[in-house]
Amino acid sequence: MRPQRTINRWATGLAAAAVALAVSGAAAQAEPQRGGTLNSTLWPEPPGIVIGINLNAPTLLPSTKIFEGLLTYDFQLNPQPMLAESWEVSEDGLTYTFNLRDDVTWHDGEPFTSQDVVYTLTEFIPEVHARSRPTFARAKVEAPDDHTVVLTLEEPYGPLIRSFDAIGAPIVPEHVYAGSDIRENPVNRSPIGTGPFKFSEWKSGEYIHLVRNDDYYLDGRPYLDEIYYRFIPDSASRALALETGQVQLATQNDIELVDLGRLEAMPHLEVTTKGWEWGAPISWLEMNHRREPFGDVRFRKAVMYALDHAFIRDNIFFGYAKVPTGPIHSSSPFYTDDVVTYEHDPDKARALLDEMGLTPDGDGVRAEIGLLGLPYGELWDRLSQYIKQALGEVGVEVTLEASDVAGWGSRIANWDVDMSTTYLTTLSDPALGVARSYITDNQKKGVLFTNTAGYSNPEVDRLFAEAASEPNHEKRLEMYHEVQKIIADEVALAWLAELQWPTVHDAKLKNVVRNGLGPNDNFAEAYFEQ
Amino acid sequence: MSFLKRFAENRGALLGLVILAAIVFVALAAPVLSPTDPWATQGRPLLPPGSDFVLGTDMLGRDVLAGIIHGARISLWIGVLSTVVAVVIGVSIGALAGFFGGWVDDVLVRVVEFFQTIPSFIFAILLVAILTPGLTSIVVAIAVVTWPPIARLARSEFMSLRSREFVEAAVLSGVSRGRIMLAEVLPNAVSPLIVMGSLMIATAILTESALSFLGLGDPNRISWGYMIGAARTVFRQAWWLSVFPGLAIVLTVLAINLVGEGLNDALNPHLKGRIGLER
Repeated sequence: MRPQRTINRWATGLAAAAVALAVSGAAAQAEPQRGGTLNSTLWPEPPGIVIGINLNAPTLLPSTKIFEGLLTYDFQLNPQPMLAESWEVSEDGLTYTFNLRDDVTWHDGEPFTSQDVVYTLTEFIPEVHARSRPTFARAKVEAPDDHTVVLTLEEPYGPLIRSFDAIGAPIVPEHVYAGSDIRENPVNRSPIGTGPFKFSEWKSGEYIHLVRNDDYYLDGRPYLDEIYYRFIPDSASRALALETGQVQLATQNDIELVDLGRLEAMPHLEVTTKGWEWGAPISWLEMNHRREPFGDVRFRKAVMYALDHAFIRDNIFFGYAKVPTGPIHSSSPFYTDDVVTYEHDPDKARALLDEMGLTPDGDGVRAEIGLLGLPYGELWDRLSQYIKQALGEVGVEVTLEASDVAGWGSRIANWDVDMSTTYLTTLSDPALGVARSYITDNQKKGVLFTNTAGYSNPEVDRLFAEAASEPNHEKRLEMYHEVQKIIADEVALAWLAELQWPTVHDAKLKNVVRNGLGPNDNFAEAYFEQ
Repeated sequence: MSFLKRFAENRGALLGLVILAAIVFVALAAPVLSPTDPWATQGRPLLPPGSDFVLGTDMLGRDVLAGIIHGARISLWIGVLSTVVAVVIGVSIGALAGFFGGWVDDVLVRVVEFFQTIPSFIFAILLVAILTPGLTSIVVAIAVVTWPPIARLARSEFMSLRSREFVEAAVLSGVSRGRIMLAEVLPNAVSPLIVMGSLMIATAILTESALSFLGLGDPNRISWGYMIGAARTVFRQAWWLSVFPGLAIVLTVLAINLVGEGLNDALNPHLKGRIGLER
């Protein structure tokens, strides 16, 4: 972890270094070639494609080609230029100055200016972007001229510099959204961004079609002519489409993990698990603390003991996962494994349930609860079935509830559920991606990916709040370790697996995974080797 | 010739009856034959047939044989239940239309035609999706899409019987309409309805399997269609996950069809050998 103070030095050195790197990288490889159509799978069909209004995983993949952030991030999550060509952080960590590119136009031809950035950070994000709202609420945003944006903080906020990617802060056009109802704006179905690809068509049930932005600000880029995100509802068909070359890219949940070995062995395909560093996704079983018996910590502990996490890792995720110990991903610098762990121990689970007074009735049933599984395909169905079976073993009878993606989201967001499975990106800094699921303030009924479980502990709230604005790294570390201990001990959520998404792509397709955003990069550099 | 004798003359029907009896026995005795929960992990995932598990294990290490045994209950139960519901609806409407004729007939036939114009499987998917997948919604969906042919058959039977002398006699002697329909006409119309109903059980089982295959089954109950649907992604690694439940469906549907044909021969001797039932 680098100390806060050095960030300002990047302003001078980093942009140049990045350009030098890109050039040397290009020289080492063959010269990129123009042309070609990229077909990618996308499943399920997203509810919308404006990041912020929707934050579902399938929204991000097409949307990050249309919208861009001020910055992007490499594999180590160091900032890289995008819409901002350089930036500077003051010594005291309170002022962030971004110098914007002056050669950027929106897809409708209007010039991109600092006003768009101000609008995005002060109106658009606070209105719709549940995850980034608290981050940018800390900053005063001003535009001294057309190509400069200054963010002023009242106290330092470490994670801020890693909050400017296209997912955390997608810059949207002010002239399109100002004065409108953002969520209902008709442009949301054919969005206008600054990215290397323009929205062309969304054929419901079939595909989203993006075409090359011929006025893109980087010379000669993008290399690809067009991208089709095809909705193929069945994972066997998706694997087959990759095999036959009908699609050249699939990622995240798209391919059944059981198929990966076979695909990896094919000479025309490549598999990587890199490119999800920004996300660090963790899957968990969420229990609604507002309902009995989930409000009782003994019940939540019993659930953890009843689940065999190694089985989940090996047989549901086929080894493409790690066993999580708590709220923070093991790849995070703030992670500690010095927490209460829950070995698979059904007897302990039964003992805890007995202690609660949940004794088995004539059929051996102690409690009956519902489980709303993430409707993202067979893998998640099997996960639900495993949970049903594992909890059934200790006398908790689980009824599986079926739903489509929209229904799943709305029931969880409105707290109308017993238990649900989900996964969520925990992001580069606990203040960005972890706190949101645990702090009391973020219990926002109707908003998905907030603290929908309803966990609340004043001590945890305090630690998260103080750690976010603590400039000293060691002290932050200490606080986050403390938070992990408390949350793991109270089983705020029943963590199931740290996910490692595979990206499978045609070997001829280059520059797919070239930074920490992986397949969520804008693909300006992606090309087909001929 | 007695009913049984006529039935037994059809060798296929006898064979079907034996198979069906075996399947019904398996379904009834499932808790004894396979006392553990079919959802429970029993061994290593994806074990091939043979070994400790006769039909192998699935992706979560569940015993495929246990799934097939318990799946028989659901398949037969849904088949019978939805057919009963469809027959009750279909016969009631068909009987009213055929017996009373006139505007009652006109209205009811329009209703039947309305339902027949909707592609039945698509309609079933829609119903299950709206009602949220579960045992009841599947039974309702199958019943709703399968009753019209029964109604048509019942209508034509009632219509032709309506003008028979014994019915006229009953009308003249002042017996109530309801009583005539139930006690005089229905018993005489029942044989073709039984034959058709038996064949509809097979169709219902297929429809349930198709719905489960598409993920619209009851997520809490194991069924053959679900097993095939869940296994299709690993067909190339683990053929046994799809093949055995598939065979179970084929065998059951075949057996029911054979029995249905035998019933047809036995109940409608004058139609013997003719298969062209109105479906």
